[in-house]
Amino acid sequence: MSELQRLREAFRTALDLPADAPVDDLRYQDNEKWDSLAHMSLVATIEDEFSVMIDTDDVINMSSFQEAISILGKYGINFNE
Amino acid sequence: MSVFTLPQAAKEEVLLKELSALVEHHREKCEPYERILAASGYTPADSIAGLPWLPVRLFKNLELKSIPDDEIYKVLTSSGTTGEVSKIYLDKESAAEQTRRLGATVQSVLGPKRLPMILVDTKAMLKDRKSFSARGAGVLGMSNFGRNHVWALDNEGHVDLPALKEFLEKYGDEPFLIFGFTYLVWLHLYEVARDNGLDLSNGILIHSGGWKKLIDQAVSPEEFRARLAGVGLTSVHNYYGMIEQIGTVFLEGKSGGSLYCPDFADIVIRNPQTWEEQPVGEPGLIEVISTLPTSYPGHIILTEDLGVVHGVDDGDWPGKRFSVLGRLPRAEARGCSDTYREAA
Repeated sequence: MSELQRLREAFRTALDLPADAPVDDLRYQDNEKWDSLAHMSLVATIEDEFSVMIDTDDVINMSSFQEAISILGKYGINFNE
Repeated sequence: MSVFTLPQAAKEEVLLKELSALVEHHREKCEPYERILAASGYTPADSIAGLPWLPVRLFKNLELKSIPDDEIYKVLTSSGTTGEVSKIYLDKESAAEQTRRLGATVQSVLGPKRLPMILVDTKAMLKDRKSFSARGAGVLGMSNFGRNHVWALDNEGHVDLPALKEFLEKYGDEPFLIFGFTYLVWLHLYEVARDNGLDLSNGILIHSGGWKKLIDQAVSPEEFRARLAGVGLTSVHNYYGMIEQIGTVFLEGKSGGSLYCPDFADIVIRNPQTWEEQPVGEPGLIEVISTLPTSYPGHIILTEDLGVVHGVDDGDWPGKRFSVLGRLPRAEARGCSDTYREAA
């Protein structure tokens, strides 16, 4: 599975979305499933999936799927296909 | 990284400029605010203490916002002791900004890394995801600073000792974060740690929520600190903040006993009879000042809490250091807000 697929899966799992739900355009709190409680579980899921430990500022700034891609880039996860 | 860097004189210079601009911003965007200022004879101020304040009660009585309805992103509510509810209106930008500033403030003592975290509360209070209590919102906001969270209380509100022990076995040898409301920390963490010999010596405690219940049990802030030190918990930071100035918290320094203002915030202690600023050491009403509120005129709020400034530029961090002493008896606080209500 590509890195991008893994991140999509992490979002779907953490936010309790259907397996085929589009997530690439998701933004924090625009989708009702992605509230502050789900955000915690999302961060934990991403950390587990990619074996990284995300800093506080990055947790706060991870406000969209695309933002998550760019933040994870700083931790050495490359999403270019 | 710290947001506790500015000596008082430098801070006042920066804040006076920013707050004067904020006053003009809110006069332009919030009609009731403009009317209140006009009725009270507002003229531009040449000091922080000279800037116009609103009594906190006004946020319960009036719809105070400086953004059009279609830009409202979140409405925060707080139920006060009177049953009336404050309504605080945030747009997207101010909601994000308050989260960032709270983050920067707390990171001043925690550093940039998220720490394993004990939440001294129960997950059950988050059951209704649509309407968290103020307590729930506080816990969730703070949980951003932690990882591998453990809830100290089970769904029935009883201490989950096995979970605490498991957490301490895994993470107790490195710094970890503990967050909870003061009273819950006392009742459900301190007493349990003492009775079960839990080692909390690597913990950093951040707590809030008022001392009233503890003072009823004859536990003073000094005793709270001393007793926690007895179970090894010496890194303890109380904070003071309110929903009407969301994102701004006044944080206790490492020596204890004093709260400090972040660089974007300040306080003024006012005489409850004359409204003049009190000198250092004289108790009075706490006015909280912050540059964060842009979407509603909450930048300068006179609270109903009593406090005292202990010193200026002479503590763990620069600026004013102060304590919260309790609430002003209700009747005494009424006069001022009634005046404002009539004006509005």
